[in-house]
Amino acid sequence: MTRTLLALAGLTKAYPGVVANRDVSFEIQQGEVHALLGENGAGKSTLVKSIYGLVKPDSGVMHLNGQPFEPADPKAARAAGIAMVFQHFSLFDALNVAENVALGMENPPPLRDLAARIRDVSEQYGLPLDPSRIVGDLSAGERQRVEIIRCLLQDPKLLIMDEPTSVLTPQEVEILFETLRKLKAEGTAILYISHKLEEIRALCDTATILRLGEVVGDCVPSDVSAREMAEMMVGGTLHVPEREAGPEGDILLKLEGLSARSPQEFGTPLRDISVEVRAGQVLGIGGVAGNGQDELLLALSGEMPTAPQMVQFKGQPIGQVPPNARRGLGLCAAPEERLGHAAAPDMTLTENAALSGKTRKNLVKNGFVDWGGARDFASVIIDRFDVRTPGTENVARSLSGGNLQKFVIGREILQDPEVLVVNQPTWGVDASAAAAIRQAILDLAAKGAAVIVISQDLDELMEISDNFAALNEGRLSAPRPAKGLTIEEVGLMLGGAHDMEVAHVDA
Amino acid sequence: MDLSSINPLLLLASLMVASTPILLAALGELVVERAGVLNLGVEGMMITGAACGIIFSTLTGNAWLGFAGAALGGLMLSFLFAVLTQVLLSNQVATGLALTLFGLGLSALLGQSFADARPPAFPKLDIPILSDLPVLGPVLFRHDGMVYIGLLLVVAVWYFLSRTRAGLVLRAVGENHEAAHALGYRVVLIRFGAIMFGGACAGLGGAYISLVRVPQWTEGMTAGAGWIALAIVVFAGWKPLRLLLGAYLFGGVTVLQLNLQAAGLAIPVEYLSMSPYVATILVLVILAAGRAPGSLGKTFHASR
Repeated sequence: MTRTLLALAGLTKAYPGVVANRDVSFEIQQGEVHALLGENGAGKSTLVKSIYGLVKPDSGVMHLNGQPFEPADPKAARAAGIAMVFQHFSLFDALNVAENVALGMENPPPLRDLAARIRDVSEQYGLPLDPSRIVGDLSAGERQRVEIIRCLLQDPKLLIMDEPTSVLTPQEVEILFETLRKLKAEGTAILYISHKLEEIRALCDTATILRLGEVVGDCVPSDVSAREMAEMMVGGTLHVPEREAGPEGDILLKLEGLSARSPQEFGTPLRDISVEVRAGQVLGIGGVAGNGQDELLLALSGEMPTAPQMVQFKGQPIGQVPPNARRGLGLCAAPEERLGHAAAPDMTLTENAALSGKTRKNLVKNGFVDWGGARDFASVIIDRFDVRTPGTENVARSLSGGNLQKFVIGREILQDPEVLVVNQPTWGVDASAAAAIRQAILDLAAKGAAVIVISQDLDELMEISDNFAALNEGRLSAPRPAKGLTIEEVGLMLGGAHDMEVAHVDA
Repeated sequence: MDLSSINPLLLLASLMVASTPILLAALGELVVERAGVLNLGVEGMMITGAACGIIFSTLTGNAWLGFAGAALGGLMLSFLFAVLTQVLLSNQVATGLALTLFGLGLSALLGQSFADARPPAFPKLDIPILSDLPVLGPVLFRHDGMVYIGLLLVVAVWYFLSRTRAGLVLRAVGENHEAAHALGYRVVLIRFGAIMFGGACAGLGGAYISLVRVPQWTEGMTAGAGWIALAIVVFAGWKPLRLLLGAYLFGGVTVLQLNLQAAGLAIPVEYLSMSPYVATILVLVILAAGRAPGSLGKTFHASR
């Protein structure tokens, strides 16, 4: 017999110029895994922030166990039994696991007792974790365990999880789901935000779908197909990228024993990576975040110099060649971090277009920038990649994440590179835009470019790659043809879940 | 040159006195920076403290009240910095530099009519029994109260930062203000507290120069001590006990070179004068600095 745990009625929250939530109402039952689905900008984050007391809704009421519930701040929400696992921004790199956990608790016990409790809970739920380790040294999966354990120690009634699986291997996902199912069996309700539809079908009891801040429907995920859910989210039909297999061309990019130390403090060094990419080929590189993806991109883009022969472009050693010279040769790269790495946040789209496109698009003449040409280039990107922005003179920061992503990927693709390297090309981009970006990558390959796609989205890699390789602690596995690889095989290539065990359900 | 004129016991004893102003100011700045705020106005807050110390002690005839007034002066100046940087979100570096210039001017104005004032004597404690110990007595136990307050504050700050929950929260705010905010901690409020503690400490440090070290009022008398304090915080890797080492080292080499100058060492005076700075930086660099707080100097705004 289930009871309503949390009921939302008519929740509305407006920011200047945009209504994030409009009249949102739904109920979460005790012991239920409730999915919250929606594209980027659909208002999912604002909604859970309202529940967690970080945002105060303009109107509407919430009831928790029948009592009016208006958390003034996260402390009040936590006191009422609501816990949240964040997607970003909630761990402190320089502090250890126990200190991080203590910071998320109302009345933490002394650190020594807390360390013991962390060990207990982590064993009970199959999430082993050493309380004395510094969080900055942990892998992405381990960092997530810290967050989950921080929540579990407070015996939450409702656990909110924001995109929890984006950084996990398939095996780790399975173990996380075991943990969540065990929590559910104990009567904890879970509000699960994701746009990985297959996961939602496997895990969730009900789903509420948001579009542009409004509830547009609900469903029982196991009864409908992923495609139906996606179309409810998008409000239209979904285009699936297709590709025509081109003939195999010459080797355009070759890595030979690429080893390099990470320039970042908590980074992963690259260890003896050797691989070749031919014209017309897409090489997909999978791996859990923090296994050397950023470093590999830096080495390929030219931001991190290596020994010359470690990176070869058409047989020419370019390990020491800086980024713009590589662009001139025909090697373009788009990093993962959009604001501050792929784009300068406070510069306009025209300026950002000029910064990367100046060499291949001849935007500098006699030492002066050809602003007309740069503006044209920016507007072509905006047109071709459906970037939603008032114009080319808006600063990069003003675009939503997905739109800026379309812009930075489009900027590199439209320079007609012979080799394109992208890291997380569709991260945070909604389903229809992601399909468009993937199609553009495939089209580029069909025209005879070699493409390396580094991504954590395995479905994406399986969809567009010819060959698949996995990064694990800075080592790259031997590439295998993507066609016919099963998800289990991929999981094993990613390094699997060697240090995790399934929750002891009877514990 | 007559090295025998240097009394090693006296040297060690004056080391503790010479280090105290920098120790106090640096300790305050350490807490500020651990909370993620870079206040470059230490010099301005010290000199304001020095002026306020003279004013309050001459008017009340009590050195302790002079120190209290100095702390208040430094605190008020830092409150101004806190409002500008935490509420109005101004740039911390620019505001800090402006605070130093403002403090130098303000103190000159405040101190004008106290140029001839002689502050009341600040008694040495002469702790019974302990001060009679041979060697240790004169070196460690015959100082004034502020020397010991400085030492106690080092221990207190160390304990606060590493052992208490409030200290953990303060470090968390300095490490990642976004995350601390997401967990529901009052980032701006905590930073206000830290900044004002830093201001009070800088004020005390400044007053120690004008009430004990010199003791009288001269314009610009802190002579860069605030900048040294800032440097020591960085080179000490934001750790209180190392900061004590750095401050004592600096104070030690300062008194040593003064003694050497007096003894007539045949080296240009300029080299001796620069030796404390060089020695302090060398030693603390060799010890390998720690990691700066993750959010140090970044402007925090809840919506970003």
